[in-house]
This record gives sequence, structure tokens and C-alpha cells, in this order.
Amino acid sequence: MNKRGLGSVAVATATVLLLGACGSVEEGSDVEDTYNFATEQVVNPSDATGGTLRFGYSDQIESTDPGNTYYGYNWNFTRFYARALMTYAPDVGTAGTAAVPDLAVDLPVPSDDGLSWTVKIHPGLKYEDGTEIVAEDIKYAVARSNYGEELLNGPKYFQELLADSDSYAGPYAGGDPLAGFGGIETPDDHTLVFKLKRPFADFPYILTEPQSAPVPVDTEEGKGELYQTRVLSSGPYKFAEDYQPGSGLHLVRNDQWDPATDPIRKALPDEITVEEELDPNEIDQRLMTGALDVDLGGNGLSPAAKGAAISDGQIKPRLDNPSTGAVRYAAINTQVEPLDDVACRQAIMFAADHDSLRRAWGGEIGGEIPTQFLPPTLAGHDATIDFYPSEDDKGDADLALEKLQECGEPDGFSTNIAVRSDRPAEVEAAQALQQSLERVGISTEIKEYPSSPFTKSYAGSPEYANSNDIGLTFYGWIPDWPTGYGVLYPLLYGGDNIRAQSNSNLSQLDDPDINRLLERSTETTDPDEQAAIYANVDRLVMENAAIVPAVFEKSVLYRPENLTNVYFHSGYAMYDFMALGTTNK
Amino acid sequence: MTAPLDAPESAQQADPEAIARGARNVASRSLTQIAWQRLRRDKIAMIAGLIVLLLILAAVFAPLLVKWFGYPPTEFNQAPIDPATGGVYKDPDNPFAGIDKTGGISWDHLLGLEPKTGRDLFSRILYGAQISLLVAFLSTILCVFIGTVLGIIAGYVGGWVDTVISRAMDIFLAFPLLLFAIALVGVIPDSAFGLTGNGLRVGLIVFIIGFFNWPYVGRIVRGQTLTLKEREFVEAARSLGASNRHILFRELLPNLLTPILVYATLLIPTNILFEAALSFLGVGISPPTPTWGRMLSEALPYYTTSPHFVIIPGVAIFITVLAFNLFGDGLRDAFDPRSSD
Repeated sequence: MNKRGLGSVAVATATVLLLGACGSVEEGSDVEDTYNFATEQVVNPSDATGGTLRFGYSDQIESTDPGNTYYGYNWNFTRFYARALMTYAPDVGTAGTAAVPDLAVDLPVPSDDGLSWTVKIHPGLKYEDGTEIVAEDIKYAVARSNYGEELLNGPKYFQELLADSDSYAGPYAGGDPLAGFGGIETPDDHTLVFKLKRPFADFPYILTEPQSAPVPVDTEEGKGELYQTRVLSSGPYKFAEDYQPGSGLHLVRNDQWDPATDPIRKALPDEITVEEELDPNEIDQRLMTGALDVDLGGNGLSPAAKGAAISDGQIKPRLDNPSTGAVRYAAINTQVEPLDDVACRQAIMFAADHDSLRRAWGGEIGGEIPTQFLPPTLAGHDATIDFYPSEDDKGDADLALEKLQECGEPDGFSTNIAVRSDRPAEVEAAQALQQSLERVGISTEIKEYPSSPFTKSYAGSPEYANSNDIGLTFYGWIPDWPTGYGVLYPLLYGGDNIRAQSNSNLSQLDDPDINRLLERSTETTDPDEQAAIYANVDRLVMENAAIVPAVFEKSVLYRPENLTNVYFHSGYAMYDFMALGTTNK
Repeated sequence: MTAPLDAPESAQQADPEAIARGARNVASRSLTQIAWQRLRRDKIAMIAGLIVLLLILAAVFAPLLVKWFGYPPTEFNQAPIDPATGGVYKDPDNPFAGIDKTGGISWDHLLGLEPKTGRDLFSRILYGAQISLLVAFLSTILCVFIGTVLGIIAGYVGGWVDTVISRAMDIFLAFPLLLFAIALVGVIPDSAFGLTGNGLRVGLIVFIIGFFNWPYVGRIVRGQTLTLKEREFVEAARSLGASNRHILFRELLPNLLTPILVYATLLIPTNILFEAALSFLGVGISPPTPTWGRMLSEALPYYTTSPHFVIIPGVAIFITVLAFNLFGDGLRDAFDPRSSD
């Protein structure tokens, strides 16, 4: 470290001391400053086992069936009793976004043409009833969760990607459950070969989904959705009794689980309970009083509570403020006048007041101000992308006016902003954007839509958006797996990705360069080349002014005192449930 | 109960001459004059009426008042706002001085600042009054119109017409209005009937409230018509060969105006509350147009740091509804021939 670096450290320390003195921490109190610690290290490391880990959730669990779930919290939680082929590395920081083997012995191996992936699983692993886990069970699990009309909650990536299965109607259609499903071969009990329609470099991430957790056909017996009543465990815990949706879940230790084959799970508590349908404020309160250990949803304190908590000197050291991996943004419709002209879109980019936009999410604790589209947790994030700088991030009206001249609308123009009416932050951000655009003569009207059909029939229907002159749409995105592809492809790839309904490419951008780059990213498995491609696409998107990034979102998590081994896991964007222990007996 | 033999003292000691004078006066006054005199003596009703008048003036002259005393209602002012809590800094230059729990109420901002956006609450309350009163008056007019026409026809014509209209009233009264309104406002297209945006939304809310609340007016009008049509002056008109139309609108309607007026005054606060409820539930007018109900719902997350944001729109709704109710009550008492003078 050079002198200059040391100097700034000293200044920083002095500032911290000063701030500490001015802050609301009472004099003589021994509150240790552990604010945000769980994003950088494991807090309260411990190997002590025992106790009951108590989860609380504001809703019903989506489904306890690992084959029928899409929420991140549940992908994290089902690992207590379901081992998938792959999972995320149990590491602090961005290392946690790497896919590592779980049931698999090693990373999946692609063929030279990228059209098949081979995975071997540990031999001798057992379910809670003592029977062996075999490759055929995983094939069945993938079949039931992706084909047919029974389990609809989860994503259908396998169905999209696997070859030789297009006419397969799913295991519940009658007859031999796997007849006609040619996408997965099981040459022996411990080997699976996935055959793909097209190369797909991120395939190991697809295998981290709980859909690849084994389900034996004989136990499941065609129960379909009702299998969630009692899932046969392959992990360290099993159902203590049948699960009834809404009445809570109770897990106890599974003595058939072999810790030697499982470096992912610490399995510290003896029991795990989930209380469902709690009021969100009650969850916050009970976490703070120690009557609950973990918020299952993992989204952190409610907007109302987080501001108050962070300004309370006693509570602040127990808070973490990690990036959720979500990017909140306004898509600029490239197909409506006058926004089909790139200069008009750039005028919006320059005029947008980013400080005001971020305030809608709570200012600094709500997230970082992006100058690019890929969140900092993902490979390919390029900090040097900054085409539309402005003083204090308040927007640059002069440059915006210049751009308006350039696109032939010197007096500005008018367009509409679409938002989901039940998202207060987005509604507020829309008003902030409206204000900053008004400064340069761009007048906008805010259109509120109900949340559930928003993507399907309103903003996500190009026909509706274009005929109703929706120029800007507020939206948010959390990728299904943490790679640039998971963000960029669904939101910015053109061609047949621009669907007539439920279209996620809200900008309706169909740029040949971007399309080509994204196609290339699925063909190479070289992480460096992929990162370079993603950075390149990001640059093109920002140049193209197809998206106004509003915030790289952060959450405020409360870390109860009685939790041990707590760290923020970037893969799931919440605490790693598998590592947690509790001092509560 | 006290013994009925205890007659009021004043009556016992009344001056016979005064009674005689009073009797003469009563004879020379019209019903409206009597009502007006009674109303003037009702202090509470008069104060309520004054407040109603002030509210209407404030709403009408909102742009002017805001120009003099406030800031544009949609103008952001985020410099003095703490981004984390949304509250207003005591001292914008020193964030560590903490949050001003009064929400920045000062001579500059008469009712303080809105949390997070820093918009001027005084302006937003005034402009909110415009929406509240506009929706309330228009929907009341619509409901009175439909209710009077159908009620008078049902009462006067009778027979199967009365049966059909009365059953229709029962059906309308059984309608789950709030749920229906939420569903309808939620799915309306962006433009219809030549209206767009908030114009369409105001129109739709007015229509929903007016169209589904008419039976309340309709029943009263029908009942009054039933009693009035047997009265001598109607008989007289009929025997002189007056047409049904003449009897309905020249003989009956003027006599119905009083109960209608009274009921309309009492309907306005109900409609204000209904509009506030819709806005509170997020299906009313789109932002950034301020409405009281929406302000209230936006205020709830900030009740600890910025309590003024809950209190001010709440008080605005409370005062308006109370004023209209008290004024309506006063009006009813004044017009009621059975009320003691």
C-alpha cells in the first residue's frame, strides 16, 4: 500500500470516529459496530449443534415440493430436505454465486458440441427411508416438474432446453410415466446425460434448481401437487409430520443423511419450524425481540421499518445492507414515437434525476445508483460504463435539451409512464422521473395498472404498449441464476423473445449486434469470454438508451442475536439458511 | 322518565301577547323564510355552513391560494428530506440534528412537507379538496337526478311500474358497491367515451357512486310522492285537466325539493368518504394528482417519523365530512315542520 492509500485510510478512520461521536449511540454503551458485517464475513461462527431454528413467513409457503416452486427463498429453504444435482457455493461475497456439485460428484461435463451434459452422482446416498438415490429418480423429478399440467409453479427451463421430448405429455398423462421423455439418459444408476436442443453454457445453473432433487416414482405415486404433504427427504432434515398448507412446517433430523458427502450443509439445529401467514410487521417485531430467528421470505425489513431501524444506534449494528441482485429500471419503448429515435431516448437518459429516483427506494440504504445495467454482483459488470454523467446525479438538463434538438423535438414531447399501482416505490419513482423530465419539456402521464396482469396484458403486450403510447415502463428484475445471461437475455434479446404477451423485453429492443452477442454467450463456456460479452452488451444497451437503470437494489436485513453462522449469500440474495445455527434451545 | 305533567316553565309563563304576535308573523312567512330563520338560530349549522363555503372557495381558488402561500403541488423538494426515513431534517445542513417530527411546518410551508418527495402539503391538500368536492358534488347530482326521476315516477304511476322500479332499487342496494368499484376502476382502459387519464377516472367514479346510490334518494322521493299525490292541490290540478307531466313536475316536484336538498347535503359527505376509500385502496385518481385518500394511504408507513402526514389529510377529511353532516342536519331540522321552533 502506498502512502496516499494509507492517508485516505486514516482520514476514513477519523471520519468514522467523528460520525460515531455524533451518532445516536449513547455514551458509555458497549454496542459493537457490526453493521453490515454479515455481507463480508460469517458472523457468530459456531459449530454447536442443537436447538430449534424458527422461521416465520408472511404468506403460505409457495409449495414444499422442490419440483413446484419458483421463489428464491424456497430454493434456499428446500435444501434442508432436498439435495439437487448442483447448488451454490456456501461462501461469503460473490464466490457464493458459483454453481458447485451437491448430489453430483463433480461439475457437469459438456460434450464438444455443447449439446449434451454428463453428470455423475455420489453412489450409496440414501433417502430418509433407507432406499438408495438413483439417477432415474432425478430424471423423474425433472419430468414431473417441467412437463404436463400438474406442477405449474416452477420455471420450465428443462422443457425449453431438452431435446427429444417435444411430444412428451408428462408423467401424469397415464401409462408409463417416462415413456417418450428422451431428453435425459441414465446409462447406469449414477450417471445422467442431458441432451439439449441448442448449446447452453449456463446449464450447470439450471441444475441448481430444486427441480433436479430426486423424487422416486414409487413414493410419489402420481400424487403430483399433493406430494408436498410429505416430501421424501434426501437432505439432513425430514418432515416430522404431514404438511398442511398454511398450518406451518416442522422438520426434524434425518439420520440417513451422510454429512461426509455434503460440504454444503452445516445442519446445526436439531429441529426447524416455519410459521406461515404472519403479518410482515409482526415478523420484524418478533425478530427484534428474539421470538423468531429468520424471516423465510428473506426480503428484509419493510420499507417503513428499515428507515427507523437504521437511524436507531442500538439496532443498527444488527443490520446488514446487502445487494439483492435486483435491478430496478424504467424500460424505454424503442417502438413508439418519438422514442424510436435514439437521440430522444438519450434525452431521457440525460434528464433523469438519479438521486431522486433512488430516493424512491430509500436512498443509500435502498441501493446504488447504476450507470450501467448489470448489477455489481455479476461477472461482466463494468464500472467504467457511464455515458450520461451529471453533477450529484441530478441529471443534466443542458445535454438533454441538446439531444432533444438532435432528435427534432426541441420543445420536448409527451409520452406515458406505466407502473404497477401496488408498488409504492415504483409509483414514487415514476413521479420522480416525471418531475425530472418536465424540466426539459418532456411531459408524461403516469398510468397505473394492477400488478398481476401488468406483464401479461398491459406493459408486457407490445400491441397494448405501442397503441397506448407507453414510452416508459417501470420494472424490476432478479435473474433466475446469477449470470449476465440471466439478466440480459430475457430483457434485451430481440427476435422471438419479444412475445405478444408476457413479454419481458419491455424496450422491444431488437438490435442485431446485441442479439448476436447474446447468442454467442450461450455457445462458449469460457467465463472470461462470457463476462466480456456481457459487458459489451451492457455498453450497447446504455448507448442505445433502451433502459433507464434506477437502482441496484439493497435490502436491510435484521440479524437476530441468537443466530450463529450468519452470512449473506449472494446466490440466493439472503442469509444462507443451510449454514444457520441458533443458541435458542 | 319525568312526569309528563311537568310542562316547560317557559310555556307556563308565556306572554299571551307575544304568542299572538308570533302567530301573526308565522302567518306572513313562507316555508323557506321560516327555515332560514330557524337555520340562522342554529349556531352549529351556521358554523358548519361557513366551513362548507370556505372549503368550496378554497377548492375553487386553489391555484390562486397556492400561488400566494404555497408551491406547485407536484414540485419535488428533496434537499431537506432524509432519504432513509423519508422525514424532514430539522436542519438540512446538518443531517445529524435529526428529524423534525412536525414535518417541516413553517411560514414557508404552512402544512409542512410530504415525506420522501418533499412536496408542499398545503398545496396538495387544497388540490386534493378539488378532487374530493368535485367527485362528491357531481356524483351527488347524478344520484339525485336518477333517484328523483325514478322515485317520482314510481310513486305517482304506481302499479307494475312501481313494482319494477322498487325491485330495481332493492337490487341496486344489495350491490357490493366498493368491491364493484375496485374491480371496475382497476380494469378500465386508458381512454373511453372521449375521456382519457384522470378525466376518465373522475367520470367513472362519479358514475359508479351516482349510478349505484340513487335508490337511497329514490325511496325517499317515492314515499313523499305517495303521500303528496293524495293531497288536495294535486286533486285540484287533476280535476282541472292538468297533464301527468304538469302534475309530476309542476305540482309534485317543487314540494319534493326540500327533502331532496336535505338528503343531497347529507349524501355529499358519504360520497367524499367513498372517494377517499377508493383512493386509499389505490384505485382512484392516478398520481401525481393529489387526493386525500391516497395521501392517507401513502402516509401510513411514515407515521412514526412524519406523523403530520397522517394527521393533516385525515383532519381534512374529518372536517369536511363533519361540516357537511352538521350543515345537512341543521338544514333538515330547519325544514322539518315537526321540529320545535
